[in-house]
Amino acid sequence: MGKRNLKVFIGIMTGIMILLLAGIFLIGSSPSGESIREVMRDCVLHQNDRIHFFGMQVNPGAISAFTVTGVVFVFALIVRIFVIPNFQNVPGKFQLVLEQAVGFFDNLAKTNSPERNSFLGAYVFAAGVYIFLSTLFELVGLQAVTAQGHSITLPAPLSDINAAIAMGCLSYLVILSGGVLSNGIRGVGKTLKEFSLPISMSFRLFGGLLSGALVSELVYHFVQLSFVLPVLVGVMFTLLHALIQTYVLTLLTSLFYGEVSERKKQAVQRTI
Amino acid sequence: MPLNIDWQQILLHLFNFALLFTILYVLLYKPVKKFMDQRSSYYKELDAKAHKSVEEAAAKQSAYEQRLEQANEEIDALRAKAGEEAGQLKETILAEAKKESARIIEAAKTEAAREREHILDDAGDEISKMVTDATAKILFADADSAYEQFLNAVEGSEPRE
Repeated sequence: MGKRNLKVFIGIMTGIMILLLAGIFLIGSSPSGESIREVMRDCVLHQNDRIHFFGMQVNPGAISAFTVTGVVFVFALIVRIFVIPNFQNVPGKFQLVLEQAVGFFDNLAKTNSPERNSFLGAYVFAAGVYIFLSTLFELVGLQAVTAQGHSITLPAPLSDINAAIAMGCLSYLVILSGGVLSNGIRGVGKTLKEFSLPISMSFRLFGGLLSGALVSELVYHFVQLSFVLPVLVGVMFTLLHALIQTYVLTLLTSLFYGEVSERKKQAVQRTI
Repeated sequence: MPLNIDWQQILLHLFNFALLFTILYVLLYKPVKKFMDQRSSYYKELDAKAHKSVEEAAAKQSAYEQRLEQANEEIDALRAKAGEEAGQLKETILAEAKKESARIIEAAKTEAAREREHILDDAGDEISKMVTDATAKILFADADSAYEQFLNAVEGSEPRE
C-alpha cells in the first residue's frame, strides 16, 4: 500500500468512526427490558435463563459446555482421521501446534509430579483445553431460547458456578487419587489436609470467569459502550482470562498432585 | 441452594467433562503423545547409535594408534638392528677387503719380483748377447782392418803406372 493509499484509507476510517461516534451519542441508549441489577443477577445465577435439554431444564452454561464438547469432538475426529496419520518427524505448523499443546501439559505434569504423571498429563490436557475453549466460547455469541421463550447469548460454561464446582471438585478428586495410589492412607491424609482446595479451586475458576462475564455484560448493557470498547474488553480480556485460568488450574492441580503423590523417601531427600 | 448451586447441573458438567476427557484422550492426546514418544525414541536410538559409532571409532583409532606406535617401535628396532648388521657387514667387508688388498699387494709384489727376475734374466741374456756381439764386432773389425792393411800393403808394393 502506497503512502497516498494509506492516507486515503486512514481518512475514510476516521470519517466512519466520527460518524459512528456521532450516531452513538445522538441516538442514545434505548430503554432496556431489564435493569442492570437483573442483568448482573442473571449473569451470576442463571435462574431465569434455563433451557430445555432432553426433558430437563438446565443452565445455559451446561448447553455451552455440551456445545464445546461437540465442537471439540468434531475437530478431534477430523484431526485423528486426516492429520495424525500424516504426521512427519519434522513437523509442519499445525502439527507443531498440536505437539506443543500436548507437550506443554505433559511436561507440566512431569515437572510437577515426577511419579505417576501419565494420567495427570491427560487430565490437565483435557482440563486445559476445556477451560481455554469454554472461556473463548463466549466470544462466539451463540444464541439460544430459554424455557421462558427469551433469546439469550450462551455464556462461557465456567461462568456457571456449577461447572466451576464440577471442575474444582473433580481436580481435587484427581489429586486425591494420586495421593491414594502413591501413598495409600497417608496420601489420603495429605490430600485431606488441603480440605479447602476444592472450594478455592472452584471459586477461583468461577470468580475469574464471572468477573470477565460481568464486565462484558456491564459494557454491553450500555449502547454507548458497545462500540470499539468490546474489542478490547471482550476479545483481549477473554483471551487473557482463557490463558490465565487454564494455566492456573492446570498448574495448581499438577502441583498438588505432585505434592501428595511424592513418596516419603524422596520427600526426605528433597528436604536434605 | 444458594448461588443456584444444583447437584444435577454439577453432575451434568461432570458428565460433559468426562465425555470431553475421553474424546480428547482417545482422539488427540494419546495418538499425538504416542507419535512424539516414538519419534523421541527413534532419535534417542539414532543418538545412541551415533554415540556407539563414535565410541567404536575412538576405540579403533586408539587401537590403530597403538598398533602404529608398536609398528614404529618395531621399525626403530629393525632399523637399529639393520644398522648394527650393516656395521658388522661393513667391518667384515672392510676386513675382507683389507685381506684381499693385502693378498693382491702380496701377489703383485711376488709377480713384480718374478717379473724383475725374469727381466733381469732376460737382460743378462741380452747383455751376454750384446757383449758377444760387441766382442765379435770388435774382433771382426780388427780382422777387417788387418785384411785392409794387407791389401793396402799389397797395393803399395806393386809398380805404379
